[in-house]
Amino acid sequence: MQRVGVFVCWCGSNIAGTVDVQAVAEALKSEPGVVFSTDYQYMCSQAGQDMIKTAVKEHNLTGIVVCSCSPRMHEATFRKTAAAAGLNPYMVEIANIREQCSWVHKDMATGTEKAIILGKAAVAKVNLNAPLTPGESPVTKRALVIGGGIAGIQTALDIADAGFEVDIVEKNPTIGGKMAQLDKTFPTLDCAACILTPKMVDVAQNEKIRIFSYSEVTDVKGFVGNFDVTIKKNARYVKEEICTGCGACLEKCPMKKIPNEFNLGMDNRTAIYIPFAQAVPKVATIDPTACTMLKKGKCGICSKVCTAGAIDYTQKDEYIEEKYGAIVVATGFNPISMDKFDEFAYSQSKDVITSLEFERLTNAAGPSAGKLLRPSDGKHPHTIVFVQCVGSRCEACAEKGKEYCSKICCMYTAKHAMLTRDKYPDTEVYVFYIDVRTPGKNFDEFYRRAVEEFGVKYIKGMVGKVTPEGDKLKVQASDLIANKQLHIDADLVVLAAAIEPDKSARPLATMLTASMDTNDFFTEAHPKLRPVESPTAGVFLSGACQGPKDIPETVSQAGAAASKVIGLLAKDKLTGNPCVASSDELMCNGCSSCANVCPYGAITYAEKEFRMPDRTTKVRRVAEVNPAVCQGCGACTVACPSGAMDLKGFANLQIMAEVDAICK
Amino acid sequence: MHNNRYLRDEIIRISGVNTAKCMKCGKCSATCPAYDEMEYHPHQFVNMVESGDITPLLNSDSLYKCLSCFACIDRCPRGVEPAKVVEAVRLFAVRKQGANRMTANDVPAIVDEDTPQQLLVSAFRKYTK
Amino acid sequence: MKVSYFPGCTLKNKAKDLDLYSYKSASALGVTLEEIENWQCCGGVFTSADDEVATKLSSVRALKYAFERNEPLVTVCSACHNVIKQTNYAMQTNKTFADKVNRYMAEDSYNGEAEVYHYLEMLRDLVGFDTLKEKVVNSLKGKKIAAYYGCLLLRPNKVMRMDDPENPTIMEDFIRALGADAVVYAKRNECCGGYISVESPDSARRNSNAVVKNAKAAGAEMIITACPLCKYNLEKNGADIPVVYFTELLAEALGVKEDTNA
Repeated sequence: MQRVGVFVCWCGSNIAGTVDVQAVAEALKSEPGVVFSTDYQYMCSQAGQDMIKTAVKEHNLTGIVVCSCSPRMHEATFRKTAAAAGLNPYMVEIANIREQCSWVHKDMATGTEKAIILGKAAVAKVNLNAPLTPGESPVTKRALVIGGGIAGIQTALDIADAGFEVDIVEKNPTIGGKMAQLDKTFPTLDCAACILTPKMVDVAQNEKIRIFSYSEVTDVKGFVGNFDVTIKKNARYVKEEICTGCGACLEKCPMKKIPNEFNLGMDNRTAIYIPFAQAVPKVATIDPTACTMLKKGKCGICSKVCTAGAIDYTQKDEYIEEKYGAIVVATGFNPISMDKFDEFAYSQSKDVITSLEFERLTNAAGPSAGKLLRPSDGKHPHTIVFVQCVGSRCEACAEKGKEYCSKICCMYTAKHAMLTRDKYPDTEVYVFYIDVRTPGKNFDEFYRRAVEEFGVKYIKGMVGKVTPEGDKLKVQASDLIANKQLHIDADLVVLAAAIEPDKSARPLATMLTASMDTNDFFTEAHPKLRPVESPTAGVFLSGACQGPKDIPETVSQAGAAASKVIGLLAKDKLTGNPCVASSDELMCNGCSSCANVCPYGAITYAEKEFRMPDRTTKVRRVAEVNPAVCQGCGACTVACPSGAMDLKGFANLQIMAEVDAICK
Repeated sequence: MHNNRYLRDEIIRISGVNTAKCMKCGKCSATCPAYDEMEYHPHQFVNMVESGDITPLLNSDSLYKCLSCFACIDRCPRGVEPAKVVEAVRLFAVRKQGANRMTANDVPAIVDEDTPQQLLVSAFRKYTK
Repeated sequence: MKVSYFPGCTLKNKAKDLDLYSYKSASALGVTLEEIENWQCCGGVFTSADDEVATKLSSVRALKYAFERNEPLVTVCSACHNVIKQTNYAMQTNKTFADKVNRYMAEDSYNGEAEVYHYLEMLRDLVGFDTLKEKVVNSLKGKKIAAYYGCLLLRPNKVMRMDDPENPTIMEDFIRALGADAVVYAKRNECCGGYISVESPDSARRNSNAVVKNAKAAGAEMIITACPLCKYNLEKNGADIPVVYFTELLAEALGVKEDTNA
């Protein structure tokens, strides 16, 4: 029998407001094995922890039950306290009487009753606890960054700067991401290319960094410090290491009418293409859906004009297997489709565009060489209407919009409006807004400049209908301050489309066993205190894959993710989790049920020799768990038909003791 | 007057609308084809019902200007359904004794030889109890 | 194929064309419209209030009739379709309302089991526009026709589920199936003014004119509709291109149109 000490925390009034903590401490005194029981205002404070240490010594405690908050919050704290007092840290059990009790009950009597029951269960369990010792595993000192936008680029550069190798996997033919498509950046109006392309070049030239462009991650195995990743390099039909990016093939390619993704389909590219002049790597890629040589075996012009001999129509997809210690997700975002918002007539008029299309229209490298011209007739627009929150904050329309605020639209719309008025002062610019949200350094000042210095007309209200008629866009809108319905004949309407995570994020999260929210943004380990770590050990988050973000915030988070990776890769060994499965080989019949359900591939089989009662020996097939790979999920213990598989720290006996204590 | 609890609860019960969901974007009023006919506009209906300021609505002709075209319902980003609020206030008004907006005596002046039955039936349903 | 058919008040009076051509076209397409016995007027507009029961009973009776015969309920008038579909949705989703209604009904209770189709949905989902295309005798090739949806066919979308309410295609696909060119214009799903022509004729005029103007600007030579009130409002307010029922166009294309004096 253990000698158990019970420590009931008030958590200020968080617990004590709904649970009679003294009654709980008193009631648990009479539980089997309990030799000491007390309560205290803040058990996690230094004074609280000292109280535990003193009690361990004075009462020769061998087990500890802390009735407090969720073990996710302070289990580690109290394990350290136990270790400092000379106990094995796994002799601590937490009864969660806050999240699962005081916060969900309003009535003191019910709250107290439930807290006592939870405490009893924890005491019953700790009576059966045994000391556990974690194992160690080595760390592969190389990181993988998935996504080559500004988030991935910054993370990779920072990790490489600390001396570790980094690979970037980017699904497009070039790195650069969304930032490469932008014109100017708020709030300082630097040209996006001027500040991004030097970083892209740094990545290309950094000997610690490899770029796998036009590639994707197809499989991830292993665990923190020891990931095995399969990368698929899509065939680009051009030998990357030979191509000089001279562009001769682009000039001669006869397939010239392929919508250009980089300019969002507003102009055309050739079937063999380089997305933009500063692409990294600057090599050509053949679009297999457009190339007549690849589709019909006729043409071959690019091969003839390539003096370097880089064209290879027979190239196949290539699979590469690599080992990494840490993985950073930087898969970014996309604007949502405007198909379901046709009250704005996006499908009906070329002059209704999204904000990202507007970026291309004002970019010197864009389809109109930086002149703001209407896509329909190439004329200069004299009246422009910007509509904010298209598809954002849209709770009613889950099938078309997003419930959240997309965060970046207020600022980029202010930027677009301001730059338009600056360059074309004869243009009337209206911005329809619900709220203007500009938290950020120099952000509100920026928005006010658009209004006060540049004369942008901000109207509190929404656009209800856009009717293309003749060469005008008839905009019907509300002005809530004037209490009027407005009718504006516009030449161009710009929609601030909501942003959503890239479609590649969901399958990637499954591969990484990293959790996501209902909007497919990656979930952080703690929303405040661990914002760049995924709850899955060894997986880190950078940029908009975790939530909508502007460039300054993305770069900060990218650096933070890098520092967490560096902290991990700097270690030679990682301490594992001792709460792993183990198989009783005498009971195991080698049926493979456990291996079939194991999500981590932690279970293997071995032929072992057993002594039989008649002194003969017999060779049997039995399960073996690799404790470094096992994550302690417990699936195998449920699947095992003979009861051979058990989980250390959560043994079947311990769980049943808890259930019994609750049902008593 | 600004916090008429009973009226507010009645309108909310009849309409089945949660006016607290409104984020005051004004898209209902932006989309309303009868806006210029109205003294109080769709977003005001939602806001005034939410704040219990309903008497002015009951006394306003705005009640009879809504076309029930449901554009505000489909385009509202928050699923507030302003047309249902207008309908509930209108019902509250016409359900009172003698409050019918239209009677059979009005019909001869309305009809011409092409008037579809649908017009009269719909108008009676909207303007009378 | 046999369906339960709800014609509605206007189709028996001012919109006899809509009714007649519905019958003729359906029969040319192998669909028998069986008129629901003793149907009663739907009321023209759906009252969205949850506590309105009596005004919705006629729709429930028609729905129950179709359900008991295991036939889809088909309507052709936009208003009837809107009221009956909204009533059916309320019967499916609002238990308190359904319980109240069922206390008025004689026999077994009804809980929204019937399937409601607009005639256009019947053409798209039960007949198929490809089949329709094959049966066209007089192709309307070269005609530039604008579909006018108005409000009742599409909204509220949560209930009607007919098409994308902001960018519908069902009538355009119908026009194309008949061989004509569909003219797409933004105001095709905006209201004509509806019953407001009683209360504020000016309001109806402004709305109707805006629709016709927008259709014409997009190149339309003709407007088709499924709603007698839309037709009335557009015509009364001076539409200077023909406004016809879609079934008339259908009958013409199928070669079953004949002169009537409706």
